[in-house]
Amino acid sequence: MATDASAIRDQAAVSEEEFSSTVRKTRKRHALATRIWHWVNLASVVILFMSGLNISNAHRYLYWGDWGFSPDQAWLAVPRFPGWMTIPDYYSLAIARDWHVLFAWVFALNITLFMIVSLANGHFVRDLFTRAAEWRPAHIWADIRAHLRLQFDHAGSKFNFLQKVAYSKVIFLLLPLMIFTGMAISPGMNAAAPWLLDIFGGRQSARSIHFLCAWALMAFLLLHLALVLLSGPAKQLRDMITGGREDAAA
Amino acid sequence: MRRRNFLAAAGAAFLAGCNKVGESQVFGALVDGAESWHRGIHRALGMGRITMAPEYTSADVSPFFRGNGTTEVGTPEYNAAREAGFADWRVAVGGLVETPLSLSLDDLRSLPQRTQITRHDCVEGWSAIGEWTGPQLSAVLAMAGVKPEARFVVFRCADSLRSGPYYESCDMDDALHPQTIIAHLLNGEPLPERNGAPLRMRIERQLGYKHPKYLTGIELVTSLDGIGLGKGGYWEDHNGYQWYAGI
Repeated sequence: MATDASAIRDQAAVSEEEFSSTVRKTRKRHALATRIWHWVNLASVVILFMSGLNISNAHRYLYWGDWGFSPDQAWLAVPRFPGWMTIPDYYSLAIARDWHVLFAWVFALNITLFMIVSLANGHFVRDLFTRAAEWRPAHIWADIRAHLRLQFDHAGSKFNFLQKVAYSKVIFLLLPLMIFTGMAISPGMNAAAPWLLDIFGGRQSARSIHFLCAWALMAFLLLHLALVLLSGPAKQLRDMITGGREDAAA
Repeated sequence: MRRRNFLAAAGAAFLAGCNKVGESQVFGALVDGAESWHRGIHRALGMGRITMAPEYTSADVSPFFRGNGTTEVGTPEYNAAREAGFADWRVAVGGLVETPLSLSLDDLRSLPQRTQITRHDCVEGWSAIGEWTGPQLSAVLAMAGVKPEARFVVFRCADSLRSGPYYESCDMDDALHPQTIIAHLLNGEPLPERNGAPLRMRIERQLGYKHPKYLTGIELVTSLDGIGLGKGGYWEDHNGYQWYAGI
């Protein structure tokens, strides 16, 4: 009887081990929160960018400082963006602004929730924050050479060094800058939070930074897309939808 | 080549879809919701205090104050009034008030004056800074005595654009705001015609189209439904701009 009981216990112990190893294997490569954020963010960034280009067509000059209203004060004359780049695909400041102020909410709430969840579930600390050792020039150089050879090994962690730097610049710098410069352009927000104007050096400066960051984001999106295409696009796309498996990531 | 055709077709379908969505009623309702969320957060961030538009110093004033929309009224009545130095110009204060008023420029100049150097932001994206002087709208409303059922102030104007006479409106929060003034001076001089001579509203927490020029009437109402096409302003009625222009 005693041997039977210990056999059962042994069996139980084994299956528990098997169970935990199964859990480890089937741990998602991308958490559900990350995947929802990723796709909602893509949709809202594309809509905000394209409606933003329509808004840009309303006054195609950028200035520094508090004010500016004519070409001789501008630091940049922006080209007119064609219909295929804008929402709607004809010039309408009113409808473009509707899209822009609506999706500003989707975009801002989405990234706020993502940030809260990713701090809580350890995604930022575990996967996005770089370690001191990664900043050694030799390591950075090795990572650059690996990229040039189109080898995207991650050496144990989910993202390689350049990936971590690029993703964190986008998530912690560019995307928040889009939100805060956007807020600094709004006269209603200026009355509520005038310090935003001081941070960016005036409304027209905030407008210029808003425009520059939008194009920096577009450059990131194109680079990101190119690297996905070079690193097994079918699997990358599938994993960002289903979550994939953590083990398969290495 | 096929793939490029597919991408072009997908892009075109996306844009066509966006156009459809953008013109639908559900989208309009969503946008109105987003707009009032923005307004709500602008007010809520004040945490109970009255939020004030930033004021600048005379060193910040733009060398020229651009005019937009109507820059010349062009009617014989207006031209005659301008030639007469606006001596007979009247602003009618009516609607839901105890005492309807008809105010001359001298009446308005004899009230306590407020001078403020503020930034004017056009919906198109440009900004100009100017120094505006005039009585607070709240002082004029106090003289007339606003009835409790009044919820909006409608501003009537002497100018017309392509689709009809210009008008605008604001809620009582903006109407009674300390920076909401009936300006008759810009940078210490009577207003130029392009900036709204002889009188223009300043509603400083909103975009330029909310600052009606060539002011002839101030009307208190409970609802904007019967006014113009019912959306509360010329651009709102004819071009789809949002009534709340704090963004």
